[in-house]
Amino acid sequence: MNIHEFQAKQLFAQFGVPVPRGKDVKTPRAAEKWATALNAPVYVVKAQIHAGGRGKAGGVKITKQREEVPALTRELIGKTLVTHQTGPKGRKVRRLLIEEGAGIDKELYLSLLVDRDSGCPTFLASTEGGMEIEEVAEKTPEKLFRETIDPAVGFHPYNGRNLAFALGLPSLEKVVVTPFIQMLGNLYRLFMEKNASLVEINPLVITTDKQLIALDGKVTFDDNALFKHQDVQAFRDLHEEEPLEIEAGANNLNYVKLDGDIGCMVNGAGLAMATMDVIKLAGAEPANFLDVGGGATKETVAAGFRILLKDRKVKGIFINIFGGIVRCERIANGVIEASKEVGITLPVVVRLQGTNAEEGRKILLESGLKVDVATDLWEAAQKIVAMKRKKRKKA
Amino acid sequence: MSILVNKSTRVVVQGITGKEGSFHATQCQAYGTQIVAGVTPGKAGQEVEGIPVFHTVRDAVKATEATTSLIFVPPPFAADAVLEAANAGIWLVVCITEGIPVNDMVRVKRALASTQTRLIGPNCPGIITADECKIGIMPGFIHKKGKVGVISRSGTLTYEAVNQLTNLGLGETTCVGIGGDPIIGTGYIDLLQMFEHDEETQAVVLIGEIGGDAEEKAAEFIKREMTKPVVGFIAGMTAPPGRRMGHAGAIITGGKGTAKEKIAALEAAGVQVVRNPAEIGETVQAALGG
Repeated sequence: MNIHEFQAKQLFAQFGVPVPRGKDVKTPRAAEKWATALNAPVYVVKAQIHAGGRGKAGGVKITKQREEVPALTRELIGKTLVTHQTGPKGRKVRRLLIEEGAGIDKELYLSLLVDRDSGCPTFLASTEGGMEIEEVAEKTPEKLFRETIDPAVGFHPYNGRNLAFALGLPSLEKVVVTPFIQMLGNLYRLFMEKNASLVEINPLVITTDKQLIALDGKVTFDDNALFKHQDVQAFRDLHEEEPLEIEAGANNLNYVKLDGDIGCMVNGAGLAMATMDVIKLAGAEPANFLDVGGGATKETVAAGFRILLKDRKVKGIFINIFGGIVRCERIANGVIEASKEVGITLPVVVRLQGTNAEEGRKILLESGLKVDVATDLWEAAQKIVAMKRKKRKKA
Repeated sequence: MSILVNKSTRVVVQGITGKEGSFHATQCQAYGTQIVAGVTPGKAGQEVEGIPVFHTVRDAVKATEATTSLIFVPPPFAADAVLEAANAGIWLVVCITEGIPVNDMVRVKRALASTQTRLIGPNCPGIITADECKIGIMPGFIHKKGKVGVISRSGTLTYEAVNQLTNLGLGETTCVGIGGDPIIGTGYIDLLQMFEHDEETQAVVLIGEIGGDAEEKAAEFIKREMTKPVVGFIAGMTAPPGRRMGHAGAIITGGKGTAKEKIAALEAAGVQVVRNPAEIGETVQAALGG
C-alpha cells in the first residue's frame, strides 16, 4: 500500500526522523491559515499524489511571499498532474503539503528495503541525492552504497558508521554524522515496527545551517501486514486507486487493469500472467490481470464477470481454469449461473483443463449458453482473438 | 530416486484441524503419503481421519518420528509455526500459507540459517514425488512417475506444465513449488543442483515469473554446473511495471525483474525458454531427443 508524502513525514516525525515543519491542506483558506502560522522565509507548496516526478510536472511551487500561498493552492488543487509514473491520464490533485523551505547545502539519497537475495533489510545510500536511484545504479554504481542489517540483532551504530564513512560524511560535514546514524536507527525501527516494504528519502538534505532533514519521503507498506496496523490502514486514499481494483479487492479478487480489450479470468496468479502473455502471442492485448484464486466458485466467477464487464474496452472474455482440487464441472456450472446472473453478450471462450475437464466442457456445451469451449490453452487464445475480430468486423 | 521426499517420508501436518488442513491432509494420505501426525495446539488426543493430533510439533515428532512438516496455519501465525517445526528438529518444512508478512519471513529465514531445517515456500503448492508422496495442495492425478524435474514459483501454471509432461508420456520425478513470495526458503539453485545429481531426472523445467532476480541467478548456475537440459518459461511478459501481479513477489520495480531480462539471461545460459506455455511439454520432449 502506498501513502502520501505528508503521511510519510508524519510517520518520520513520530519515529524521530527530522522533517520540515509542514501541514496538509485542501483549500486556499486552510493554506492561508497555515502559512500565517508557519511564518517562514520560504514556503514550499507540494501536490500530494501517489506518484513521483511531481516537481517536473509542475506540482511543486516555491515562494518567499506568504500572500502567494493561497493563490498557488488555488492553482494546484483540482489540477491533473501527468508525471512519468501516473500514465497519460494523470492524477487529480486533492491535497497539498505546505511546508517551510530549507536552505540546501548537500543532497543525499537514502532508502531501506528488503533485499530479496539475502532476505535482509538493506539500506541504500548515495551522495547523488535528488536523482532517480535506478539511474545512479546504472550510470555511477560506485556512488551507491549498501548496508545489510542482520535481522537477528537489528540495527547497530556500526551499520550507520559504515554508511556515513562510505558517503564521506565526516569530511563533508562532521556535525551531521551522529544525527545521520540516529536517523538510520529510527528508520529501521519504523520499517520493522510498521511492516514497511520501502522507506525512501530522496533527497535527504544537509541544510546550510548543518541540519539533516528528510526533504521528501516515500513509504510503502506490506499489504500482508496491514492487519497489524490500524494507523497505517487509516492512511489509505481510495482516490489514488483504480475503482475496479477497489471493487475486486472487496470481492477478494486479485485484479489489475491494463489497456487491452481481451478480458481474462484465471485461477492462480502465475497462470493468469501466462494467460495474458498468450493473448498477446495470439495477436491481441489483455485488458487485465484477474486471479480468481485456487478455488474458483460461482460467486467469484460472477464477481469477476461484473468487474470485466465494467471495463468498457473489453470486447471478449477468456476464462482459463486449471481444475485441481476444484473440479471443472463445478466451475462450468459456476460459469453458467454467473453468466445468466450477469447477462453476458460478449464472446466468451472457456478453457477447462484438469480434474473432470471433459464433463465440464460437456455441461457448458449443453447449457445453451453462447460460449465457446476449449481444451488447449493456445487453441483457446486464438479462438477468443478471432471471435473478437469477427465481432468487430460485423459492427 | 527423486529429490527431497519419497514414499518413506513421514509427515506431520500443522493446522490439521482447520478446513484446509484436514481436507488436504486426507488428500495427501489418499495419494500414498505417510501422514503420521497432525498438530493443533489444544487439540491433542483428537484424530483426523485416523491421524493422531498433538498439541505441539515437539510432541508429534517424539511420538511419530515425523521428519517433514506441511503447514496450513493462517498468515498471522505461520512464521511461528515454521520456527516451531525447525525447533522440533523437522528436516523439511513445506509452508502452503499465502499472505505471511515479509518482515516475519525475514526473521524466519535468518533463524533457519542456523538450523538444519530446509523450508519450501511459503505461498506455494508444495512438493510432490510422482506416484510416491504428495506434500501439498496440487492435484495428484495429473502427475506420473517419469524423468522430468519441475521447479516453479507458481501453482496452477505448474499443473499446466505437469499435465503436458504427463500427457506426452514423459512424466515427472519431483515437482517443487518454491512459492510466489519475495522471501522464500528454498530457491531455484539448490533444487537445480539436486536434480542435476538425481539419477532419474533427465531434464528440468524451470517456471519463473517477473520480480526479483532469482531466475538470473539460476541462469548463472545453469551455465556453470548443469549438464542436463533445462526448459524454461517466464510468466509476465505483458505485466506492467510497478504493479503486483497477484503474487507478493511478482512485481517489476525500478525497471528490474522484467520477463525480458530473465528470458535473456536464461537463454544466454543455454536454457530453451518457450514463449508459449502450451509448448513446455513438447520442448522438453525435443530436448530429450524426441
